[in-house]
Amino acid sequence: MSAPAPSGAILAAQVRNELRLSLRQGEQLLVSLGIPLLLLVFFSLVDVLPVPDGVTEPVDFLAPGILALAVMSTAMVSLGIGTGFDRQYKVLKRLGVSPLGRTRLVVAKIAMVLVVEAIQVVLISATAFALGWRPSATAALAVPAVLAGTAAFAGIGLLMAGTLKGTLTLALANGLYLVLLLLGGMIIPLESLPAPLEAVARLLPAAALSEVLGASLTSGDAASAQAWTVLVVWAVAAPVVAAARFRWE
Amino acid sequence: MAAIVVEDLRITYADLVAVDGLSFDAAPGEIVALLGPNGAGKTSTVEAIEGFRRPASGTIRVLGLDPIADHAALVPRIGVMLQDGGVATGIRPIEVLELYAAFFSDAEDPDELLTRVGLADRRRSTWRQLSGGEQQRLSLALALVGKPEVAFLDEPTAGVDPQGRQLIRQVITELRDAGVCVLVTTHDLDEAERLADRVLIIDRGRLVASGTPAELMAQTGTDEIRFGAPRGIDVAALGAALGASVREAAPGEYVATTAPTPDAVAALTAWLAANDLALGDLRAGRKRLEDVFLALTATPSEAAASRIAAAGGPGRSRRGARRAR
Repeated sequence: MSAPAPSGAILAAQVRNELRLSLRQGEQLLVSLGIPLLLLVFFSLVDVLPVPDGVTEPVDFLAPGILALAVMSTAMVSLGIGTGFDRQYKVLKRLGVSPLGRTRLVVAKIAMVLVVEAIQVVLISATAFALGWRPSATAALAVPAVLAGTAAFAGIGLLMAGTLKGTLTLALANGLYLVLLLLGGMIIPLESLPAPLEAVARLLPAAALSEVLGASLTSGDAASAQAWTVLVVWAVAAPVVAAARFRWE
Repeated sequence: MAAIVVEDLRITYADLVAVDGLSFDAAPGEIVALLGPNGAGKTSTVEAIEGFRRPASGTIRVLGLDPIADHAALVPRIGVMLQDGGVATGIRPIEVLELYAAFFSDAEDPDELLTRVGLADRRRSTWRQLSGGEQQRLSLALALVGKPEVAFLDEPTAGVDPQGRQLIRQVITELRDAGVCVLVTTHDLDEAERLADRVLIIDRGRLVASGTPAELMAQTGTDEIRFGAPRGIDVAALGAALGASVREAAPGEYVATTAPTPDAVAALTAWLAANDLALGDLRAGRKRLEDVFLALTATPSEAAASRIAAAGGPGRSRRGARRAR
């Protein structure tokens, strides 16, 4: 009689598969590694962007913002687009009648995101370090911030993937990436935005994540309670809404 | 024990009844074909048996298990070939087979399986680079990789070239011989006739006939002779010569309602010869499954529509052109 493989072996196979497919996609590598590294190097060397008060070297402002961008690109854009096409091409449907199961599928996708993020953090941190950035002593606070940001952006990405066509998810995720890059305090300080726009931006997860990362990685000051609150609310609400609205086929 | 038992199955979508009181069973080592025109309820039925949709009423058991309540226990024991898709576009055949093989404690060897479905030379191509027929064969391999006890194959040969069809039929026959219960859906009469041990003809969600292909073809009366001749011949005069009624069923296609005795055939050909009319083709006695199918599944005005649908009409272009019948 046919029996499933041990649970760990099934999960490991699916994690390998998710990683292979996402690292093979040239356009996904461009978004998750190429663009963040390019922005970091270019704007650290070419002094054209405003920097917040109290910051002298652009890289000190850019490094945490680019790490936030990396989280957004993998958890929202790569995961959202990949899952959207999985759904459109009935990959999720076919896996649904295999011994994989939905729980292991979701766990495998989370593992894929975390592994890619770890690669991004290493490459971006090393590049920033080479450009003269020195993280502060409170860097450990960045870990829960990255995890909360991952949950928030994964929720947004999966909400699109689970409700829209794959091609629409592709367009929307990339559009949102650009908007949140500009309104996320990642390369342009929030204080440089017009006041009403700044007020809106501060309610979005991108700005909250880059502020929290900036505070814990560079200034060593505590991030504002508002930034943490916004981040945590998105981290809880987005996955809950995505889980409720996700249609598997 | 039957591998599949379906009792009084009813499936509804909003205000549409897709399947209406369907009952049948299928045994291990048996190939059962669900045959019907597009929209007859074949895929709805198969997807309910696979556990994808919850029936409005009725019971389904596969290997004694409920496809929804016992989903986790059932999926390791079944193999599923979806009607299309199911595979990530950037993955290679060998990779997706190795992935699914890793889900089972005792799986087929992925390399061997690729060879069996004729894709050994395509192992490094990605899914999107495969032709429609190659994708179908890979989907079939995915259904088999876990050594299933029951295999569900939704239109396995649709859009496949004749050689590919031959290969797929051979693989399915080998499965049956190994004791697997195979449930195939098709709207291709040839396919059902060649492949299935038992055919269930479904129309508008209801079972209209079932039996072996031979039984079905013998079932409905044989008291007619069908023949092709030039359009618009004088059927009244011919009827008088045969002592039977003759009608032109379609332009140039005639049906004489008389037992197909050698005398009747001789009288027919003599009359045609006397009137200098060419005889196109002649079929006496044995019905083809197509005749049974058309008689059972549609009123005459709808028969033409079914023929178009069966030949791969609108909405199915993704699968490529099908052979016109």
